[in-house]
Amino acid sequence: MSSVVELSRWQFAITTVYHFLFVPISIGMAGIVACFQTAWYRTRNPQWMRLTRFFGKIMLLSFAVGVVTGIVQEFQFGMNWAGYSRYVGSVFGAPLAVEALAAFFIESTFLGIWIFGYKRISEGWHLATIWLAAFGSALSAYFILAANSWMQHPVGYRVVDGRAEMTSFWKLLTNPTVFFAFPHTVIGAYANAAFIILGISAWYLIRNRDTEMFKKAAKAMVVVGVVATAATMLIGHFNGQLMTREQPMKMAAAEALYNTAKPAGFSLFAVAPFEEHPSRTSFDITVPHTLSLLATNSWSGEVKGINQLQAADVAKYGPGNYEPIIGVTYWSFRLMVGAGTLMVLFLLWGLYLVWRGAIETSRWFLKLALPAMALPTIAIITGWLFTELGRQPWVVYGLMLTKNGVSTSITAFDVWVSIILFTVIYGVMGAVAVWLTVRIVKKGPDPELDEAGAPIEPNLHVAY
Amino acid sequence: MSGLWNLQTLWFVLVCVLWIGFMFLEGFDFGVGMLLRLVGKSPEERRAVIHTIGPVWDGNEVWLLTAGGATFAAFPNWYASMFSGFYLALFLVLFGLIIRGVSFEFWGKVESAQWRSVWEWAMAVGSFLPALLVGVAFANLIRGISLDPAGNYTGSFWDLLNPYALLGGVVTLLLCLAHGASFLQLRTVDPIKPRAAALGRILMPLAAVAVIGFVLWTFGEVSHHSPSFWITAIVAIVAMLIAAGMAVTSRPGLAFVAGGVGIAMTVATWFTALYPNVIVDSNSHAYNLTVFNSSSNHYTLVVMSITALILVPIVLIYQVWTYYVFRQRVGLGGSSPKAGPDAPAPPPEASARV
Repeated sequence: MSSVVELSRWQFAITTVYHFLFVPISIGMAGIVACFQTAWYRTRNPQWMRLTRFFGKIMLLSFAVGVVTGIVQEFQFGMNWAGYSRYVGSVFGAPLAVEALAAFFIESTFLGIWIFGYKRISEGWHLATIWLAAFGSALSAYFILAANSWMQHPVGYRVVDGRAEMTSFWKLLTNPTVFFAFPHTVIGAYANAAFIILGISAWYLIRNRDTEMFKKAAKAMVVVGVVATAATMLIGHFNGQLMTREQPMKMAAAEALYNTAKPAGFSLFAVAPFEEHPSRTSFDITVPHTLSLLATNSWSGEVKGINQLQAADVAKYGPGNYEPIIGVTYWSFRLMVGAGTLMVLFLLWGLYLVWRGAIETSRWFLKLALPAMALPTIAIITGWLFTELGRQPWVVYGLMLTKNGVSTSITAFDVWVSIILFTVIYGVMGAVAVWLTVRIVKKGPDPELDEAGAPIEPNLHVAY
Repeated sequence: MSGLWNLQTLWFVLVCVLWIGFMFLEGFDFGVGMLLRLVGKSPEERRAVIHTIGPVWDGNEVWLLTAGGATFAAFPNWYASMFSGFYLALFLVLFGLIIRGVSFEFWGKVESAQWRSVWEWAMAVGSFLPALLVGVAFANLIRGISLDPAGNYTGSFWDLLNPYALLGGVVTLLLCLAHGASFLQLRTVDPIKPRAAALGRILMPLAAVAVIGFVLWTFGEVSHHSPSFWITAIVAIVAMLIAAGMAVTSRPGLAFVAGGVGIAMTVATWFTALYPNVIVDSNSHAYNLTVFNSSSNHYTLVVMSITALILVPIVLIYQVWTYYVFRQRVGLGGSSPKAGPDAPAPPPEASARV
């Protein structure tokens, strides 16, 4: 049976990580493209409309992959995690159902009108549809994160007859965890989209194609990006302090802090075995007092260690191992923070160039903007791996162990079939989406004027 | 826990309504996806066919997600048993929905007949799988599957492919095809429209025969026949007979409406045949999952009821608005609203776009 648990975990990890490569780009780009279209609506400068259409097409590719992989997410709870679904359905199902009703309908319906409705409805209404789609996708994130936050920090429930039952939907929606997780995730999504648009704009600026237009986009994205990245990191910091209180084991694992320390140093580079559960690090470089300061706002605050937390958990929940895989938790946290720091530094450089009016001439900045497109994705994916792996062995923290949540009516063969085929389809689909994006970029935005010098009004707008 | 008016029954009805919404709306999307290569011959024609559902298919699909989410929230045990029990079948549904969803976006991005052909087939296969398997799944719930005391399915994938369930699958498949043919006649121009009409003349009578056969067999499968079962079953049969007559006599508007009622009442018949069960245990009926033993707690149902009663009407309003915005027939040469048969010739750049 353990192989069904492990395979199901792998499948959930693969499909969820893949889904979330695209979702933040869609969420962020929807809002940014809406801003481009708003700029066109107000200024009538055709460059803004060309940017809207150009990045709109790229956004739609990302949306398409995000939408179809999102259906898998909702079905997987029942398919692979029937035990979990029975135990938590009364609580966890509600935000998922409300997400579909309140948010996903808005997003998909108005996105459809935006794609096909150009010149069919008034310009004001058409602008409203892209804003509604952007709003719907962010609202969708709220309900999904409320559901996830309940797994991190269950509230508003009681356990009756061997299952969790909801006692307050309001508490679920106002979980302190979601108040941090939501802005951290959605503002992070805007940072991600800003890096993608900045990178693509840099590609044009390097080649001197449509320089004036892409300079506009690049400048805007540096500003949006620096604000969004800094805000994401700041919220992440407070999120970490909350996590230290709510899930002390996750924070201790993030720091590979085996023994309670007062004051605690911030670990820069530690080595400990990945799979086993050691009782100490093999090697660790720390900055004194820094972890105490970050986690508790106090110069010498106490931060609990893994060994003490494990002992406390055994006393509370019975014999068992309550530690996540320390190496993965530790390094995913560092990669997230590291990538975020590089993002801020890179954008501060960009901000300086914008201030000097030299962004389109700085070859180094423009060239680095291309690989920099990967940084937000690294930060986001490692951030989620940290969040979810750091919660293990719990699926709902303190309430249900992951291994107890798996379906009993499926076999390892079933999961092998689905995991292999999902990986294959997702791989092909992702390759096609990226290839098409590159094609769109190489082809470039629709020209402003046709051969006769008349303004072009594309018949299909952004439709297929 | 007894009596007809309780929250569990309300949610059973609401889940039924969500499935009706899904099968009615996505039903014609699936039909259009499967008929695409038959009714459209040139790239321009196929673009027009895709554009009949382009603005709406994604919104229509959310009805399925909402049905899934509502089942999870209101009947966790039903959701868990059904989704884990039908694991491989649901994987095939997901496979279909994935390749179909991206095919719309990918199809027109490369100017190559081969490329388009790949994604046209993805649309067809991706529409075929869910259209067939939804019917197979619900027929199995009615017929009964073997459950253990915890409500876990103990049979295999192949046990789900019994004759009754396969007929259930053929029913949903033909309903989607016939509904799609009616829809296309309402939304397209020559030469697509007459092709869809010719297909509809065959498909709608076939769908009617399948529905009648399925309803009669269901009558035999189910031991207790409630008045609501009789009503939904009879309305389903009558509506499909009318739809067949309208399709044969080339009245697509009436065929679409009657066929839509036929779809709605076929779905409703699944639910009236099941009630109060949600999954029948084929061994002894001892472990039947019912609306009462599979539901969430009272508080969750109350919260969900309030939410649904506020939000469903709002969703309906803006989805209806979408159909109003895209009410004109899709002409050839991009979805130019002016490209209909009675409109002046489209501007040159419009007809040049493929």
